[in-house]
Amino acid sequence: MKRPDAIRILLLAISFFASSAAAASWNNPYPEEDAGKNILYSAFRERPKTFDPARSYSSNEYLFIAQIYEPPFQYHYLKRPYTLIPLTAESVPMPIYLDKQGHRLPRDASPEAIAFSVYEIRIRPGILYQPHPAFARDADGRYLYHDLSPRDIEGLRAIGDFPHTGTRELVAADYVYQIKRLAHPKLHSPILSVMNDYIVGMKEYATTLKQAHDEIAVGRDSGVYLDLSKFPLAGAEAVDRYSYRVKLHGKYPQLLYWMAMPFFAPMAPEVDRFFSQPGMADKNITLDWYPVGSGAYTLTVNNPNRQMVMERNPNYHEESYPTEGEPGDGPSGLLLDAGQRLPFIDKVIFNLDKESIPRWNKFLQGYYDRSGVQPEGFDQAIRFTSEGDTDVSDTMKEKGIRLLTSVAASTYYLGFNMLDPVVGGYTERARKLRQAISIAVDFEEQITIFENGRGIAAQGPLAPGIFGYREGRAGINPYVYDWAEGKPRRKPIEYARQLLKEAGYPDGVNAATGNSLSINYETPAIGPERKAQLDWMLKQFKKLGIQLVVRATDYNRFQEKMRKGDAQIFDWGWNADYPDPENFLFLLYGPNKKVGENGENASNYDNPAFNRLFERMKNMENTPERQAIIDQMIDIARRDAPWIWGMHPKQFLLEHAWMSNTKPHNMANNTLKYVRLDPVKREELRAAWNRPVIWPVALVLGVLAAGALPAIVTYRRKERARRR
Amino acid sequence: MIGYIIRRVTYAIPILIGVNLLTFVLFFFVNSPDDMARLHLGVKRVTPEAIVKWKEDRGYDKPLLYHGSKPGMEKLTDTIFVRHSLKLFVFDFGRSDQGRDIGYDISQRMWPSLAIALPIFIVGIFVQITFAMLLAFFRGSYLDTSGVVLCVAMMSISSLFYVIGGQYLLSLLLRLWPISGYDVGWDAIKFLVLPIIVGVISGIGASTRLYRTFFLEEINKDYVRTARAKGLSELRVLFRHVLKNAMIPILTGVVVVIPLLFTGSLILESFFSIPGLGSYTIDAIHSQDFAIVRAMVFLGSVLYIVGLILTDITYTLVDPRVRFE
Repeated sequence: MKRPDAIRILLLAISFFASSAAAASWNNPYPEEDAGKNILYSAFRERPKTFDPARSYSSNEYLFIAQIYEPPFQYHYLKRPYTLIPLTAESVPMPIYLDKQGHRLPRDASPEAIAFSVYEIRIRPGILYQPHPAFARDADGRYLYHDLSPRDIEGLRAIGDFPHTGTRELVAADYVYQIKRLAHPKLHSPILSVMNDYIVGMKEYATTLKQAHDEIAVGRDSGVYLDLSKFPLAGAEAVDRYSYRVKLHGKYPQLLYWMAMPFFAPMAPEVDRFFSQPGMADKNITLDWYPVGSGAYTLTVNNPNRQMVMERNPNYHEESYPTEGEPGDGPSGLLLDAGQRLPFIDKVIFNLDKESIPRWNKFLQGYYDRSGVQPEGFDQAIRFTSEGDTDVSDTMKEKGIRLLTSVAASTYYLGFNMLDPVVGGYTERARKLRQAISIAVDFEEQITIFENGRGIAAQGPLAPGIFGYREGRAGINPYVYDWAEGKPRRKPIEYARQLLKEAGYPDGVNAATGNSLSINYETPAIGPERKAQLDWMLKQFKKLGIQLVVRATDYNRFQEKMRKGDAQIFDWGWNADYPDPENFLFLLYGPNKKVGENGENASNYDNPAFNRLFERMKNMENTPERQAIIDQMIDIARRDAPWIWGMHPKQFLLEHAWMSNTKPHNMANNTLKYVRLDPVKREELRAAWNRPVIWPVALVLGVLAAGALPAIVTYRRKERARRR
Repeated sequence: MIGYIIRRVTYAIPILIGVNLLTFVLFFFVNSPDDMARLHLGVKRVTPEAIVKWKEDRGYDKPLLYHGSKPGMEKLTDTIFVRHSLKLFVFDFGRSDQGRDIGYDISQRMWPSLAIALPIFIVGIFVQITFAMLLAFFRGSYLDTSGVVLCVAMMSISSLFYVIGGQYLLSLLLRLWPISGYDVGWDAIKFLVLPIIVGVISGIGASTRLYRTFFLEEINKDYVRTARAKGLSELRVLFRHVLKNAMIPILTGVVVVIPLLFTGSLILESFFSIPGLGSYTIDAIHSQDFAIVRAMVFLGSVLYIVGLILTDITYTLVDPRVRFE
């Protein structure tokens, strides 16, 4: 009787597994009840440092807070070049220019005559904050959670532990409050140094706040509330409930771009007060972790150890999908949702996935909706067409995966330290040496070999899409390239050798001393994975007979060398803050040097002619005159060659067939609200791609069982033999 | 025994101070407080004033080990080392450089670490001992030789290979379990199966080979021959006599790691996105968060010492000949 029972149980188990396999995806990492819901799934690699809009300055933080905080302006999602449009503001204001006496100047007044610029921003009435305990009040209108005792705080662990929430209307004073927060002594806002130069009274305001804070804090590290409403700031004031004014020294049109970043998002004073209560920081309940805004989404789960969840803000104001864009946007389906209310997705779940291989595999299984292209999966995902363009591979195409590419508003370059006696300086000899090296280091080859074609060789400091950047023949660097067959062609190495000879280094040997030219190359690229790249770099210099000494160090030491100017050639890069040429060309502005000035000009380039032109160009509107000045500046810089211009990286984004409305945007971060997905289609495809395969497991178990038989037989034989 | 434990705990204090000092010196040999400030404040637009303020706020503006301008004992106490390390001895880990409560984070993250480390440990020991006994039983046969070769091959393969191979085979090709992730409660089980399988398999090679040696050493001793002479079956000899005596060297290696199960596995947690203490430590090293690194090294040292004491105690339980005196 026993054997038939065992067989029956085995058959039952097999049929159970078979039916389970047919019914569900065992490898689905998400709860069953979330199937078919309008949820976007994505991943994050490391916990963001802060969500405080006065401090946050990293892309991995903006991914979240740009969906939550609403500065007055935003970038148009579809239009290119990048265009500012109102977000909570009624319009993008034109500045009012004043002279030293406060008299109004005409719009076309010269920058030298302008002593002050005044921006008056009017926000739309009726915008509400997300529901939050900081706004919760009792029946008498008193805040419920603004005077918490240590006992009240004792049991708290997360913002969700507060049972009541409230909201209130967004007002102009909230924007002023946030501008004041940039000067708060405990926040260390990264843009305070920039704003000190422009916002009237900002520098003095920071000193005032420091004194006031020290008086209140008396040695306390946290739990100190400094009510900024009591400290007026000359350069930022509320005019009425919905209008506020920002007053700047001189002319600074780039302020509007800054005002499209979370630094200038509103902060309700009651939120600041709520989080500043003693004991809250000890419970990890801070503004660094719980953002409070009026944007399309709210952060409902913040567990940076595992998962972060953003959900549709129930109080989100009226906003529609754009009705116009670039000419190609209509045919490519990007205007199908024109005029529809935003956002389209109910919930966005970000899971912690540190390693690229699991992330990539989950994307292939359909458990992440979008993915960048990982080096490990590049050959699997991307193919090059006969025209040299990139497209998704046939395997990806079968799955309906699409590829979206865009050139980032970034630049990676090799810098020369202009203070160095060998490679630096402004003599013709030094220029020729740098130009020769610029020709020899073949960045087209570097992009092909090490970047899988994900980038374009740079012709100057400006990235494509930035005003001042020139396409085609007019845009090539004539000191490094020739124009041939309709495209730039790197000058021959013989020409570089000739330049090197004219620089006094025939075949890489110093004609005066007879010593080989040896140059130190500083790089934070350490580890075996970068060896091939460093070997390649050695070869580039070898073409000229120059001996390159690679000095790879950790990032801290590298930064230290750069600060001290203890470098000859070095790796560096820049991601634009905003789409204005000033944000790239200031990297070559003399007074912005790294050595001595602690600025962002890492090569310490300081050409008076370039500096003068920069000072004229930086505050201009985007006019043909500005273009002409930029052309002159770029020509000076190309001739001086303080950088080997390097490359502008190309970003590759893959998305599944159920996604729509995605258009890469290198400036805007609040783009989640425009994206749409089809959860039904996703469910069908996921189920089709993830049916469990159990026969190999059964096979392995069978083989193991079969393998055990001889062992059992041997054991029994041994035992019998022993007994005999 | 109590006297012995008190003595060992007392010995532990200078060891912990030494470990703390060594961690401190090594950390600050590689990173200066300025480097830490720069990393936390970001790479763009960081002013010297912001760096000074950051250091002041966190007490990194003081000298590392000796404050010459202070009077008396303050020369030693008003330093980064003392101010940041003394509280550790009462398990007050303080706040991370990002401002989070480290003690709370550890209390949250040790459970996911345990959730994979404990099953790997228990199942692993069981599997390894079983395989080792099997090889010892069939010693000298083709099964034994091929088993040893397989063990050598398995211990020669990087654990990363098991992780990536396991994810590829069991999740991507066979689609049996999620590739990575974590959840709370019973929902965590589906995420734990794959890392546990990988963890157990990756540990089989080295330990099985080692335990086989222990068993073989015992199996040729006189008392085993006597047992066989009494007519006991080979299985009974193995389980009743050999296993018990081979447990002493096995315990030496095993008990000491039990407390360290709390600190998690660096590779497994990272690749399977398990939010445990292993990945917590790695993240802290990457972000140069000295407060967390110091707390985790201290915790690891304490647990290691606890492990050693537990090992000593266990000896007396398995071998009556061992006495604390």
